[in-house]
Amino acid sequence: MSQVCVLVEHRQGEIQEISYEMIGKGRQLAEALGTECYAIVLGADARGIIEKVASYVPGVYSIEDPQLAEYNAPAYQAAMSALIQEKRPQLVLIGHTASGMEFAPRLSAELRWPLASDCIDLAVNEGCVEATRKMYSDKVNARIDFKAAPHCLATIRAGSFSSELAPAHTAEVITVASPLTTEISARRFVRLLASEVGDVDITQADLLLSVGRGLGGPEYLPEVEALAKQLGAAVSCSRPVVDKNWLPKERQVGTSGKKVKPKVYIALGISGAFQHVAGMKNAGTIIAINKDPKAPIFGIADYGIVGDMFEIMPALSKILTSA
Amino acid sequence: MDIIVCVKRVPETAEADIIIDSSGKDIQTDHLAFGINEWDDYAVEEAVRIKEAHGGTVTVVSLGNAEVQPVLRRTLAMGADEALLLNDPVFTGGDSYAIAKTLHAALKDKKFDLLLTGVQAGDDGYGQVGPMLGELFQLPSASMVTRIEVADEKITVTRELEGGMGENCELTLPSVLSIQTGINEPRYVSIMGLRKAKSKTLSEVGADALPISGDDLGASGALTEVASLYLPPVEKTAEMLEGDTETVSAKMMDILKKKGVVG
Ligand SMILES: Cc1cc2nc3c(=O)[nH]c(=O)nc-3n(C[C@H](O)[C@H](O)[C@H](O)COP(=O)(O)OP(=O)(O)OC[C@H]3O[C@@H](n4cnc5c(N)ncnc54)[C@H](O)[C@@H]3O)c2cc1C
Ligand SMILES: Nc1ncnc2c1ncn2[C@@H]1O[C@H](COP(=O)(O)O)[C@@H](O)[C@H]1O
Repeated sequence: MSQVCVLVEHRQGEIQEISYEMIGKGRQLAEALGTECYAIVLGADARGIIEKVASYVPGVYSIEDPQLAEYNAPAYQAAMSALIQEKRPQLVLIGHTASGMEFAPRLSAELRWPLASDCIDLAVNEGCVEATRKMYSDKVNARIDFKAAPHCLATIRAGSFSSELAPAHTAEVITVASPLTTEISARRFVRLLASEVGDVDITQADLLLSVGRGLGGPEYLPEVEALAKQLGAAVSCSRPVVDKNWLPKERQVGTSGKKVKPKVYIALGISGAFQHVAGMKNAGTIIAINKDPKAPIFGIADYGIVGDMFEIMPALSKILTSA
Repeated sequence: MDIIVCVKRVPETAEADIIIDSSGKDIQTDHLAFGINEWDDYAVEEAVRIKEAHGGTVTVVSLGNAEVQPVLRRTLAMGADEALLLNDPVFTGGDSYAIAKTLHAALKDKKFDLLLTGVQAGDDGYGQVGPMLGELFQLPSASMVTRIEVADEKITVTRELEGGMGENCELTLPSVLSIQTGINEPRYVSIMGLRKAKSKTLSEVGADALPISGDDLGASGALTEVASLYLPPVEKTAEMLEGDTETVSAKMMDILKKKGVVG
């Protein structure tokens, strides 16, 4: 019986939400395949993490090793490689996260197990697993075929599945011997770096005026800031605006920036890439202004305006001035 | 430091209309503008900066057709010394694994200290080729790299994690790094610069010149396959505010007032 396995991602004793999302999906897939969904827990001391997932899966495979105390790509790859070669699951789910993005492709190349990366869905079709992922600025869905391989890997985009799980099990815990018999020196973890803090805390604002690459250049920022002042809004932004140093990092909304939950979020010239949306989709109301009627942002916004932000901004300003 | 940078030519799709072609497995590209993959632009810039600070060479390599040449010329104008184009119809139709295998075959006899890729290609977004190259070369790798500090025989990199957090790690050289956007500000390339770079070498090789079997190339070397493309069903759509600029702006102000965020 070839299982579905889910790698539980955790940092500093906390399980990342994506782990539960993957377990939920893994359980569904296992049922469709007539098998079971087991969790994989790696760590220096895995007990705390195992306890937290034990009621959601029938079994947990775990490898404990001092070299797994902090995430380090080569240690994770070696542990995963040893574990899945021994247990031979038909499908392994790994988060498409800063860690999974690094070692899952290496694992795939090492074992020649096909990898579908950044998947938003997986389904069983006539006994075969098929993956769905986004391409071309998230405008197209692609179905990925594993070419009938007996063992496959998939990395999963955060937020693709519900993390609400009904407890249904008391997991049997199976310890696998650590393959890390010598110290890994090619790559070493040094330290974690905390996120930057700045003068404006965008997570506290009720109204955010958020700008994207559509801004065009830093010379247009004063106009945005003036409008924000009139509106009583704080200015936030998408990643390219930070990459180009138009605004500081602490203003960035998204997976690699801040998660915000204002009453109203106004997106100006932001296309709506998932990494951005993940940071603002819980806003009370989302208003998007974009000149492309097919921009994905209109798929998650409550209100949309197809138009040029540089025409809308002065018009808004005029209304506010005359009020 | 001898540095190799892998670059891909990709279509700009953020503002474009996407049309699926008749095969159902690809998109129509005639109406799209192409350029260097955004992540790779940062990788080339980083390589050139390391060369400027520590000496050495920068070689840029791309797998693609003859239309990639202008992209490679641009990287030479940015300061790369040499460019290599892997161009053969048999290279196409593969997945990231097949591309990584082909790049590995082309580069395995070259001496390098750093091999740079982008975190991901902006068109397909797989994010696989960099780490796979690390595995094929049996070298340490790191992805999501936003800073590189070079010391003797080793480097310290900053990697970006979720939620604005980061991580420092040390890697021995040679190593393979996948570069994240924002690591630097890629330089502007002038017409003059392009003209000056004309004398630099841009060589092209096909499958015959590579130490790799045909079974490992393109679709037959791939571990996965795109079965089909489709436009995603619209789950929830915004209520669109219609009218001229003044009308939509007034409607928007009404919403802001109703939500109580503007007095
Ligand atoms: C690992 C990783 C982490 C990431 N983390 C984040 C993150 O935390 N936050 C984030 O935002 N991104 C993040 N990204 C990047 C993300 O994938 C997108 O590239 C980014 O969000 C795009 O930003 P954008 O919408 O501003 O730009 P684009 O996608 O280029 O879109 C610009 C939009 O502006 C519109 N536009 C242009 N001019 C005008 C105008 N005059 N008026 C109106 N509309 C106009 C265009 O139609 C287009 O839709 C991450 C990527 C990776 C790989
Ligand atoms: N055809 C190619 N030629 C050269 N480098 C490539 C090619 N495809 C991908 N890469 C490199 O691999 C990175 C990640 O691509 P991908 O795995 O396709 O998302 C890119 O940023 C490039 O550096």
